[in-house]
Amino acid sequence: MAEIIKKATRESFGEALCELAKDNKDIVVFDADLAAATKTSIFQKEYADRFFDCGIAEGNMIGVAAGMAAAGKIPVAASFAMFATGRAFEQIRNSVAYPELNVKIAGSHAGISTGEDGATHQCVEDMGIMRAIPGMVVLNPADHWEMKAATKAAIEYNGPVYIRLGRLAIDSFNDPETYSFELGKGITLHEGSDVTVIATGLVVNEALKAVKELEAEGINARLINIHTIKPIDREIITKAAKETGRIITVEEHNVVGGLADAVCQVVAEECPVKVTKIGVQDTFGFSGPAWELLDKFGLTQPHIAKVIRDVVAEKK
Amino acid sequence: MDSSEIKQLKILAAKARQGAILGTFHAKSGHPGGSLSAADIFTYLYYKEMKVDPKNPKWEDRDRFVLSKGHCCPSLYAVLALKGYFDWDELTRLRHVGAMLQGHPDMKRTPGIDMSTGSLGQGVSAACGMALAGKLDNKDYRVYTVLGDGEVEEGQVWEAAMFAAHNKLDNLVLFVDQNGLQIDGAVEDVAGIEPLDKKFEAFGFEVIKIDGHDFEQIKSALDKARTVKGKPTAILAKTVKGKGVSFMENQVGWHGVAPNKEQYEAATAELEAQIKELEGEC
Repeated sequence: MAEIIKKATRESFGEALCELAKDNKDIVVFDADLAAATKTSIFQKEYADRFFDCGIAEGNMIGVAAGMAAAGKIPVAASFAMFATGRAFEQIRNSVAYPELNVKIAGSHAGISTGEDGATHQCVEDMGIMRAIPGMVVLNPADHWEMKAATKAAIEYNGPVYIRLGRLAIDSFNDPETYSFELGKGITLHEGSDVTVIATGLVVNEALKAVKELEAEGINARLINIHTIKPIDREIITKAAKETGRIITVEEHNVVGGLADAVCQVVAEECPVKVTKIGVQDTFGFSGPAWELLDKFGLTQPHIAKVIRDVVAEKK
Repeated sequence: MDSSEIKQLKILAAKARQGAILGTFHAKSGHPGGSLSAADIFTYLYYKEMKVDPKNPKWEDRDRFVLSKGHCCPSLYAVLALKGYFDWDELTRLRHVGAMLQGHPDMKRTPGIDMSTGSLGQGVSAACGMALAGKLDNKDYRVYTVLGDGEVEEGQVWEAAMFAAHNKLDNLVLFVDQNGLQIDGAVEDVAGIEPLDKKFEAFGFEVIKIDGHDFEQIKSALDKARTVKGKPTAILAKTVKGKGVSFMENQVGWHGVAPNKEQYEAATAELEAQIKELEGEC
């Protein structure tokens, strides 16, 4: 069992940028007055000459990043998910994605686990907004090791990428010795044939704990970690639908537009099965400590375990 | 510049205007008014100011041009065709399915287009990014962008202006094509932008006001901009929307309407007469 590292993925992201910048002189980083929060400050400390604070002006930041990419750089532009994908949606769409420019957009403080700041800062739409843009790659890593690998893959990939970062410190569950990240490929974390749980991001570990808890009850749930929301791994989802007959999605995002919809699109086309969606049920969030909110929204181990139990019972 | 050089530029600008009329006529849509007002600026930039190589459009050390008022691309396309980036006949397929020349500039499809633009306010930020990249790489290329006067109503323009001044982008030149008209009417009636010179000054720019149809004034402004250190330059160019085609001049209705066959022929003939007259003088 690998050592557990408790860390927010935003911090893993900042560290990864720093490590990658050592050998890659083209990496430049932009932030919009949130460097201390998005953790691009880690990069700023070491590479001040390649870091630019754009101030509280996200639209311009994305446009500047686009111009930088047009001149051959690999710009990374970070802000809170809300402002990066919300305020600057159209700049991402028209100045980055349409010309297929090599810009990486990092959205931190994504989802309700942003916590006390409340609904205005809890973005539950970012994956949906980014997924809707043609050609956009959307990543949502689940722990420290996955974030590091995903950041590396995003830099190596030539084209626009959105990467979702969390505020909340969470336990790692991957083993760096055996972990391997492949863009667009889901990872089976637990084998099973009764039902398939497909989870993404910060709540994957909760789903993993739930699935393990149910082993003792004789429930064999398969668990798939989808770190790449787009392009989604159609093969692994179709196979799961065929072999287990039922799917449960788990995401810290609105059930409209994100993982749930991406999975539904695949099964509707390839192998229609019933899909149960755990996530934010088309509502806004509210203030509160992160774990209390995750619990309220049914995104913690006991809630996920209960849904799995119910679905398996319904199936039988 | 001697008088024959100026005459040559005037002839080229008239041809660029013919290209804009040709393109919008064949497209049955597009934006002739602003294309005509900015044609002299495009002509001067590509023929006198910018270090570019039409045979190698992606040359790393080239000067960059971003048409932030992307809808005025018909006359820019015409200048690029005259420079040899692509065939003049492409203009007859402007906005057609599968065409190289899109309704708004597309850097993926069109040689010579340095940035895809069209959504107002965005090009100027991209120009800032290119200028910053040049500074970072210690390259001496310069970046030029042209905005509409209606476009400066977009908040992003001022975000970009703050960024350009803060980062001392003295390799950036920002033109405002002040033709005074936008879709809904006169700029001053729709959402007044004046005093624009004081605004850009307050945002940290060197500001130069010129007649945007006077090549000597365009030249002296750009020469001056090269000497400005530590801050970007804004050239506020007073222009006439529809310039060069008498029935289009200062008519807000010609913002986004294509000429019909009769109008196309009349406009082309009028511009041809200008060219003939200039050639006669040469």
